[in-house]
Amino acid sequence: MYRYDVVDQTLVNERVAQYRDQLRRFLAGELPEDEFRPLRLQNGLYIQKHAPMLRVAIPYGLLSAHQLRMLASIARRYDRGYGHFTTRQNIQYNWPRLEDTADILADLASVEMHAIQTSGNCVRNISSDEFAGVAPDEIVDPRPLAEILRQWSTFHPEFAYLPRKFKIAVNGAAEDRAATAFHDIGLTVVRDANGDIGVQVLAGGGMGRTPVVGVVIREFLPWPHVLTYVEAILRVYNRYGRRDNLYKARIKILVKALGAATFAQQVDAEWASIKDGPGTLTREEFDRVSAWFTDPPYAVLDDDDAAHAERLREHAGFARWVGRSVRGHRIAGYRSVVLSLKKTGVAPGDATAGQMDHVADWAERFGFGEIRVSHEQNLILPDVPVRELYALWQEAKAVGLATPNIGLLTDVITCPGGDFCSLANAKSLPIAAAIQERFDDLDYLHDIGEINLNISGCMNSCGHHHVGHIGILGVDKDGDEWYQVSIGGADGSALGGGRSAIGKVIGPSFKADDMPDVVQQLIDAYVEWRHPGERFADTVHRLGVPPFKARVYGERRSASKHAAQTVAVGE
Amino acid sequence: MSRLIRNGQVTVDTWQLIRNVDAPVSPDGAVILPLASWVTDPVSRLQRLATGVWLAPDDDPAVLAPWLGALPLIAIDFPKFTDGRGYSSAFLLRNRLGFRGELRAVGDVLVDQIWYLARVGFNAFALRADQDVQAALAQLAVFSERYQGSTDQPVPAFRRRERQWPDGVRTAVAP
Ligand code: SF4
Repeated sequence: MYRYDVVDQTLVNERVAQYRDQLRRFLAGELPEDEFRPLRLQNGLYIQKHAPMLRVAIPYGLLSAHQLRMLASIARRYDRGYGHFTTRQNIQYNWPRLEDTADILADLASVEMHAIQTSGNCVRNISSDEFAGVAPDEIVDPRPLAEILRQWSTFHPEFAYLPRKFKIAVNGAAEDRAATAFHDIGLTVVRDANGDIGVQVLAGGGMGRTPVVGVVIREFLPWPHVLTYVEAILRVYNRYGRRDNLYKARIKILVKALGAATFAQQVDAEWASIKDGPGTLTREEFDRVSAWFTDPPYAVLDDDDAAHAERLREHAGFARWVGRSVRGHRIAGYRSVVLSLKKTGVAPGDATAGQMDHVADWAERFGFGEIRVSHEQNLILPDVPVRELYALWQEAKAVGLATPNIGLLTDVITCPGGDFCSLANAKSLPIAAAIQERFDDLDYLHDIGEINLNISGCMNSCGHHHVGHIGILGVDKDGDEWYQVSIGGADGSALGGGRSAIGKVIGPSFKADDMPDVVQQLIDAYVEWRHPGERFADTVHRLGVPPFKARVYGERRSASKHAAQTVAVGE
Repeated sequence: MSRLIRNGQVTVDTWQLIRNVDAPVSPDGAVILPLASWVTDPVSRLQRLATGVWLAPDDDPAVLAPWLGALPLIAIDFPKFTDGRGYSSAFLLRNRLGFRGELRAVGDVLVDQIWYLARVGFNAFALRADQDVQAALAQLAVFSERYQGSTDQPVPAFRRRERQWPDGVRTAVAP
């Protein structure tokens, strides 16, 4: 993976010093909160319900064992012994002391990490496919471009005070595992007919209050032009994006208002004068960065391992875990392993410092010292030999990281919600917990099959509810917490049939207590109506929303009628 | 008379920023007019060779193109420091339109944005009255490197030098 050179390290160190001085001035009362806010946000620091929250960047989801140990150490030293992995490949600490934040950033800098631009109205952490470099369906490794974009966007002087936040995702595989259609810019690295590398550019996607699927504004952009073209998009957005209304300030609103074609023309006009200028990427730089993402020293292994095969036969539990958590690999004899952070009773995406240390150890013992963070909020060991899977499973099970639910109903994506977040309309963690408890039976869970259930505590959609096959959104009704349910969303990944779609709300919202029943009704209907082997998302796609809606609200009407009759009889 | 940083030095400002053209103006001394009055009032513009113009965040700097060679000063107003449009206006003036005169940030101009302002092409900063001038000067050198090109350094880091790794080894080859 990429290692900092003098330039990278110097910039991060100087940033820590700059922030330390800003924090000092704020604590001394020399810098008003209004003026400190954008500065601290661009260093990852929110002021939350209970305490500050620090969001640390894990660029394109890639971590070394050494870095993960530092994240664990920060959790112990400055927080309450755990951290929360987010849907944008960041980690959040919920309980640091404001006074400690400069020291935390200094600790991060010591392992080539930072919290730069993880918040604020600027270009955020670049996200990517968590299986980059190891996935069998990869067309071009997206990591070099993601790193080049990370550097380009870091401290970009012109784009630090945009109308609103700006998110870029890069994908390079046949399957879109980076939700590129739901980013301000979604880049798909592809090869043209001549085998030359370029990107397809989507713009104007996003979730939030107005969810939009991004549109293609350039079908094939040769790689040397990526930075200047992205600069042109940002300049058009910075100048013409709306600033009068927070809810209309994202680039998607501008793209919609202008229409994709006009927007693309404006970008082209802007691009014309910087194209081929000094911002054009050089082969030398592309190679320099790519050199950090070459293969580790893989051993020559047989893809079949007799002992492994036997264990699969002997241990139903192991076989079940392998079926859910173990993914194919480009290299024979290796697999990628998803460690579930979705154990029932634990907030989705949370990991303790102890667990992080274990994962770091496994990354070194069973792999090449690398860990990935997925937007589904799980951790991944990318390079595990087949013959080590059993040993890894036993150890992971012992520390609660081997729940065999990856891709299943209880692998819930959830934002921190009302328990932590000051923007929340409603809690999301207890809803996730209640649903996980309801569907705790593993046989049943496996029978239901692959499905994304996503929960957000408010319209900001950090829990990606719009693209959940079942999406749950916390809403506020006269000060009470209610939940709106949508179905039919899809984030572009294979589980949702490769579609990128925004879920449709099925009807009036529900109380927290009703949520497990509502999900149960949707699942029951699906199980009844599915064709053999058909996933939930595909059944919804085939039948549409109305039958599911009728099922949920019809049953509720007859249930309440039934209750009314019972009461009448009782009287 | 407010304090001004120009070309890295603290100086006394001799320009008068005219926000309201209807208010009485002292007839002598250089003034900076709002774009609308500057464009529509060619007489005063010609009379006062030393007239400057200031742009609001949504003013298009391209309308100044015909006069850029003669204009001594353009100011860009930041009604609120979080409104970042002025950064792009400055970039365009310097790079697209080739403006070489004084480019001044006015309005809500604060110490902590100086680095970015300087990078996109401002060479003068009319700091908000409560700001610490020495702190602002220090911010002009807060970073020693720049990843991406902008006005102050159009060539991005990756083109400027062979990037070195901490052990001094040049690595275009995998470690
Ligand atoms: S979706 Fe809303 S409640 Fe959840 S973390 Fe984001 S802002 Fe907070």
